[in-house]
Amino acid sequence: MARPNLRAAFALGLAAAVVAGACSQSSTGVDAPLAGEVTVFAASSLVDAFGRIGNELRKANPDARINLNFGSSSTLATQITNGAPADVFASADQTNMQKIVTASLATGAPTEFASNRLEIAVAAGNPKKVSTLADLARRDVVLVIAAPSVPAGQYALQALAKAGVAANPVSQEIDVRAVLNKVILGEADAGIVYVSDVKSAGARVTGVDIPDRHQVIAHYPIAVVKGSKNAALAYRFVDYVISPAGQQALGDFGFSRP
Amino acid sequence: MRPERPPILIATLAIFAVAFFVLPLVGLLSRAPWQTALIDLTTPEALTALRLSFVVSLAATALALVLGVPLAWVYARVPFPGRDVARALTTLPMILPPVVGGVALLFAFGRRGLFGPALEAIGIRVPFTTFGAILAATFVAMPFLVLTVEAGLRSMDRRYEDAARTLGAGRWLVFRRVTLPLIAPSVFAGAVLSWARALGEFGATITFAGNLPGTTQTLPLAVYIALETRPEVAIMLSLVLLAVALAILVVMRDRYLRAF
Repeated sequence: MARPNLRAAFALGLAAAVVAGACSQSSTGVDAPLAGEVTVFAASSLVDAFGRIGNELRKANPDARINLNFGSSSTLATQITNGAPADVFASADQTNMQKIVTASLATGAPTEFASNRLEIAVAAGNPKKVSTLADLARRDVVLVIAAPSVPAGQYALQALAKAGVAANPVSQEIDVRAVLNKVILGEADAGIVYVSDVKSAGARVTGVDIPDRHQVIAHYPIAVVKGSKNAALAYRFVDYVISPAGQQALGDFGFSRP
Repeated sequence: MRPERPPILIATLAIFAVAFFVLPLVGLLSRAPWQTALIDLTTPEALTALRLSFVVSLAATALALVLGVPLAWVYARVPFPGRDVARALTTLPMILPPVVGGVALLFAFGRRGLFGPALEAIGIRVPFTTFGAILAATFVAMPFLVLTVEAGLRSMDRRYEDAARTLGAGRWLVFRRVTLPLIAPSVFAGAVLSWARALGEFGATITFAGNLPGTTQTLPLAVYIALETRPEVAIMLSLVLLAVALAILVVMRDRYLRAF
């Protein structure tokens, strides 16, 4: 008689534990909507993907205000180290994330959430017949890249160096989206941007692949900024970016897995 | 002026207002790397930007003088229909956000702009060239010259011109030998203002002319770029621009620092 009772008690205890666990999960878990306001500082190449992620999170958290601020990672890092009220920082390189970490402004270790390949953006239909990085040194090709101070500019210089190409860009734009825009506007014949930028421009530009041996892969880390007034919502944003839904959004806009 | 003791509220707000202007300057000065000032100012990037800004701002001022003085003369002397509209249009860049000016210039003189293909056909490329940076600077700077010179022309004593005409001088001779010397102070003031505006131009330049050291990266652009990589260079270049602005205020003190 004693044994079935014991077993029943054990089963009851197990059930209680499961229920309790489920309860605690739902009280801090993914589904409970959060309120408040967070500001996300993100690399300009993330403008479309994070735009969608922001919208999806706003839908799931109707009382939350999610502000997205895009710029070159270096500009954003400078602003954050000078006290800009960012809750989340997503950088297009490790260097600028490291500035935040060094300034003790990152909560925990940054998480890498995406990567991105470089691509040559040219006018739709590629009228100048650009097929390699070497073509960018041609005199009849007006080339723009991002400034060496921003990640996309660094990567572009590295790719050109790998290919042994001495190109003369006519401008070093303040971020990668400015490079893309100069190609879209037709002011430049070619620009070195990310695969995700070419994808977001749709039919307005054509992408020319850069082979693996000249390729430079951008790694994107994300971190919650120390002193965030709404850390719960900030973590919610970061968790969503890493979640399958967030990865789906990034993938749709041409980003690769971290 | 009869001295008066201000009400406390007015005095307090006035002090806040002064603090609002002074504190940013104090902030800038407090970060200035005085020990390495000379080294920072003589880095290749700083020297290149200083040289380019010198060229671009002076060329823009020259262009503003050549085109702006005649325009001011027409505004002051020729009552043509639509003059007010014309004046409004040529004053617009003073109030227009410079980046809008840059976009507008791009759609006019860019490669895909209205006149870009025609310019390209005769071998002139404007965006991404120093000429483009000069055009951007002239666009935002010339209105200052036109307004100042027009005011000078309206307030001058025209009897000297009449006297010269009765003595048989032609219109061009009168303009050159009588009018111009009489309005010289206004022309000078307008030129200094234009030069200061051209020197500080950022938005139209980066939008229209791009950013390339030695070609289109003027001082303000260099400050913006250096702030992320070499902040001490950015601060020193900022101080150069601040010093120039202060010098201009001193030169123009009769116009700005003494009320009435």
